Amino acid sequence: MKVIEVANLRKRYRDRLAVDDVSFTVEEGEIFGVLGPNGAGKTTTVECVAGLRTPDSGTVRVLGGLHRDALKEELGVQLQSSALPEKIKVWEALDLYASFYSRPADWNALLERVGLADKRDARYGKLSGGQQQRLSIALALVGDPKVAILDELTTGLDPQARRDTWDLIEQVRADGVTIVLVTHFMEEAERLCDRIALIDSGRVVAVDSPAGLISRVDRQQTVRFRPSGPLDDAVLKALPEVTGVHSAGGRVEVTGTGDLLLAITTALAAAGVVPADLRVEQATLDDAFLALTGKKITHGDAR
Amino acid sequence: MSKMIMTEAKLFLREPGGLIFAILLPLVLLIGLGNVIPGLREANPEMGGQRGIDGYFPAMMTILSVVTMALTVLPGTLAAYREAGVLRRMSTTPVSPIRVLAAQLVNNLAVSVIATTLLVVLGHLFLDVPVPKNPLPFVGVFLLGTASLFAVGLLIAAVAPNAKSAPAIGSLLMFPLMFMAGMWFPREFLPDLLQRIGDFLPLAPFGQALRDTWAGGAPQPLNLAVMAVTLLLFGGLAARLFRWQ
Repeated sequence: MKVIEVANLRKRYRDRLAVDDVSFTVEEGEIFGVLGPNGAGKTTTVECVAGLRTPDSGTVRVLGGLHRDALKEELGVQLQSSALPEKIKVWEALDLYASFYSRPADWNALLERVGLADKRDARYGKLSGGQQQRLSIALALVGDPKVAILDELTTGLDPQARRDTWDLIEQVRADGVTIVLVTHFMEEAERLCDRIALIDSGRVVAVDSPAGLISRVDRQQTVRFRPSGPLDDAVLKALPEVTGVHSAGGRVEVTGTGDLLLAITTALAAAGVVPADLRVEQATLDDAFLALTGKKITHGDAR
Repeated sequence: MSKMIMTEAKLFLREPGGLIFAILLPLVLLIGLGNVIPGLREANPEMGGQRGIDGYFPAMMTILSVVTMALTVLPGTLAAYREAGVLRRMSTTPVSPIRVLAAQLVNNLAVSVIATTLLVVLGHLFLDVPVPKNPLPFVGVFLLGTASLFAVGLLIAAVAPNAKSAPAIGSLLMFPLMFMAGMWFPREFLPDLLQRIGDFLPLAPFGQALRDTWAGGAPQPLNLAVMAVTLLLFGGLAARLFRWQ
């Protein structure tokens, strides 16, 4: 079932065109990534989806065409740079936001789930960045939504807090919430998303799975290793997956496609050779983005 | 809505500044100065034979409390909420951020009512300040004047570029307005021109009408008119210019 359908979305602000032509659909139960550099139009796009902005043209259908309050009941949104009053306590914020919805989730359970149960009485201003983000996720989920939009969720978090947040998002999806994840952070998109819309300068460059996007650029992989004993290059060259073998100084570099690594290790095992320092290099989403747009995504502070 | 008001009230109580300046300071000044300055308790021919504490002085302390809430606390809180994205976050829920604004107004009004009640009651008990002789017009003037100052505060919140500048703009306006209203000495001692100008600014008519009704008289129509126009003009502009993010 299609949960979100966006067609030919266009939005101009007074001085610039934020979204030129964006179309995509989000299926029920998936984690859908909206990936692109800063200023690509990601936030404007999801703000239009969330009903916070009116597009100049194009259509947005969420959950079969919900609008206004009915839409906001079913759509949880965590926006960039939206804080809470410094002195509000964690439980007060959840209790207050739960009161905004007609069928709220049990916020006590939510507090457990996001790992803030012991911070119940802490004030918002005293929480760490990661804790504030987790509270933010909890607030986006407190209305028991069918869809959650999470914008630049892990920007500014340290690596540990970022990984914890990723785990949390995967749990939320496991509960059946469809998630739209806006990010300019490649690793995050690659790790979490089922499908990604690559956005650049207000346009969708491609929509595909992370692996699908990567395979569009370069089907070629490179495997490097140090053989434990003498190895005839012909053993590897004979493999259908292999397109090239280069050995020098006790190191072997093999290029190829498909299940290259499995083919090589099987062949090496048959030849009685153990590969040491085995490494596989594949194209990344970064390479895909570069190839598709001619630009590099700026990592910013997400690096 | 009641949960929103309760939450905003709790948040207000956690900021001691608001309580100190809006409730405690006027009260301490009233009772402290009222006891220290003998002139306030003697009939003053310049004020038609009234004593300072019969109307002038408690009225000034009342507008001090209201103007502090209206011009610094209210715009400061709202501008800070906008800057931090509190209003933006709320706009993603089924509840409109207008409710925050409403909760703020309710709470600010409650604080002003409490402060004024304390001024009346404690002033009467400790300083023998007469209870307003004309309670209904007094309450009417209080509500109209408070609403008009809140409208000015909302306009400040609407146009202030950021969270820090909102209370700063409020304070900057507050001092000349208080001077014109007679905060430091009765308006009768101001030059005629300043008195005339003061008649058409937001605070002085409120102070004057409170004095008049406190002492048992009727409010002057000009004062009521200026308050009403202030309410409509500033309130209308604030509604037009307010930004949620």
